[in-house]
Amino acid sequence: MIREDAHLVSNLFAEDLVKKATRDGYGEGLLELGGINNDVWALCGDLTTSTRAKAFAEAFPDRFVEAGVAEQNMAGIAAGLALEGKIPFASSFACFSPGRNWDQIRVSIAYSEANVKIASSHTGLEVGGDGASHQACEDIAMMRALPNFIVVAPCDAIETKKAVFAAAEHVGPVYIRFAREKTALFTTGKTPFEIGRAVTLTDGDDAAIIACGTMVYLSLLAAKSMFDSGMSVRVVDMHTIKPLDEEIVVKAASECGCIVTVEEHQVYGGLGGAVAEVLGREYPVPLEIIGVNDLFGESGKAAELWEKYGLTSTSIAKATKKAIKRKGAFGKRRAA
Amino acid sequence: MAIVLTDLEIAELEKMANTLRQDVIRMTASVGQGHLGGPLGMAEVFSALYFKVLRHDPKNPDWGERSRFILSNGHICPVQYAALARSGYFPVEELTTYRKINSRLQGHPHVGSLPGIENSGGPLGQGISQAVGRALAALQAGWKHRVYCMTSDGEHDEGQTWEALLFAGSRHLRNLTVLLDRNNIQIDYHTERYIPLEPLVDKYHAFKWHVIEIDGHNVRQVVEACDHANDIFDGPTVVICHAIPGKGVDYMENDPEWHDSTLTSEQAEEALRNLRVVEDEIDRKIATLKGRVAA
Repeated sequence: MIREDAHLVSNLFAEDLVKKATRDGYGEGLLELGGINNDVWALCGDLTTSTRAKAFAEAFPDRFVEAGVAEQNMAGIAAGLALEGKIPFASSFACFSPGRNWDQIRVSIAYSEANVKIASSHTGLEVGGDGASHQACEDIAMMRALPNFIVVAPCDAIETKKAVFAAAEHVGPVYIRFAREKTALFTTGKTPFEIGRAVTLTDGDDAAIIACGTMVYLSLLAAKSMFDSGMSVRVVDMHTIKPLDEEIVVKAASECGCIVTVEEHQVYGGLGGAVAEVLGREYPVPLEIIGVNDLFGESGKAAELWEKYGLTSTSIAKATKKAIKRKGAFGKRRAA
Repeated sequence: MAIVLTDLEIAELEKMANTLRQDVIRMTASVGQGHLGGPLGMAEVFSALYFKVLRHDPKNPDWGERSRFILSNGHICPVQYAALARSGYFPVEELTTYRKINSRLQGHPHVGSLPGIENSGGPLGQGISQAVGRALAALQAGWKHRVYCMTSDGEHDEGQTWEALLFAGSRHLRNLTVLLDRNNIQIDYHTERYIPLEPLVDKYHAFKWHVIEIDGHNVRQVVEACDHANDIFDGPTVVICHAIPGKGVDYMENDPEWHDSTLTSEQAEEALRNLRVVEDEIDRKIATLKGRVAA
């Protein structure tokens, strides 16, 4: 079931699988990158510990900007640095950046094609106790709508680190979303990562689950449970939501006949929307979109929130079975 | 060393300001829309900047040692476009493509479309932050060039403006000069009517800025203020340019209605006639001064 060329950890479904927060992957990647490339700068809005920008700030103080609680100004400063040839990573929580400073990102960065990387932590419900105000579940939709932007949602800390390096390599604006909680560390240094090229993690042709961020591992768990009951489900790590790997979506649709998308984001305008756009145009098949169902979250533990809002391997498996059932009936309602 | 301008140089900068005004009228009249109040009011400032203050090379717009000029109040771009064309960045004939389809002269400036434009702007409040970013990059690298940013009083309603001012003052950004178009109007009303900005000088002082107040229609004062700012080493400088919106066209002066209005061809002709009268006066002054120099 697991593809060898995905190079996932060998104890993928073990109880003792190591967990690490994707924000730690960001912090480590940024620090390492700063040591290699003198043009890399970092900015942060009074959240260096939380975003893990602190290690960079301490190692390269002359290339770090503490912008204070002022995300609009931070985005503008980043644009100015980029227009002077620097590669700034502007770090904050996604509810503030792009939540607070989307206009600045749109005009000063996207329209100017400024080489700025917006790096945002605390995405999704798993922010937990801070509650709905801080649980950014709209950021993919906001950033996906902007011309010139690349949107990346890595699935674990290792992939986040790769995304940081790839973002610096890419000339132009990039949005990277990551998260607070420790989650499964299941890819390895050998797992391929290229912006715009999704990674197929498992083989299967009964259904395809296309997921991003924290939901990729849960999708693997869902596929495993279905495999154990005789169904083969393809899992795709769609780490880049824009530009979407359309080829892999169409291939999955034609070979599996139905698709499920999973994201820790609103069901409107995110990964599910992006996949629906491709399917509608290229290869219509039954589609189930799993995400936050047009609701605000609330305080609680990450696991409790995932459970309450339907972001579990069980709910993913249930939706996948529903999608498989719909295959036979697809298109008939209209024909009748 | 302080810049000393001769009377002839002053007269020539005044003539250029008049030329920029005529360009602005022709541009907005040609397309039947666009902003007038701000661009006309800032003609002397742009003349002084592009023909005396800024270190720049129109043949090499990306010259590393150039002064950076950020236009935060992007809607007054007609006067910047005119100054760029008159400096030699692109043909003067191209000015009348302003706001038309397939033009490099967008309704609000777009960096990358037109040589000499350093930032995309229009939505207010975004320029000073970008100037701050450029100033930080220069200070960190030890680059000597100066960063200039033009902003407007209306833009001071925006929270981002104050975020940027607070940051720049606290970081003592000595290589940053902000020129503030203090023309007392915004789209709906005079600036002091609903959200008064005064006491503006006190606000800047409280934010740790050095403040110079000038008559924005006096080119000598613009040049001297910008020169003076070079000698301030403990922080950023704001040059508050008191100006009359619509300056040079009597029926537009001080009237918020002309912030952004449509000119009829008759109105445009009348404005150009008035400006040509002033131009003739300046020409006679220049001829006298040149005669004096020759004698």
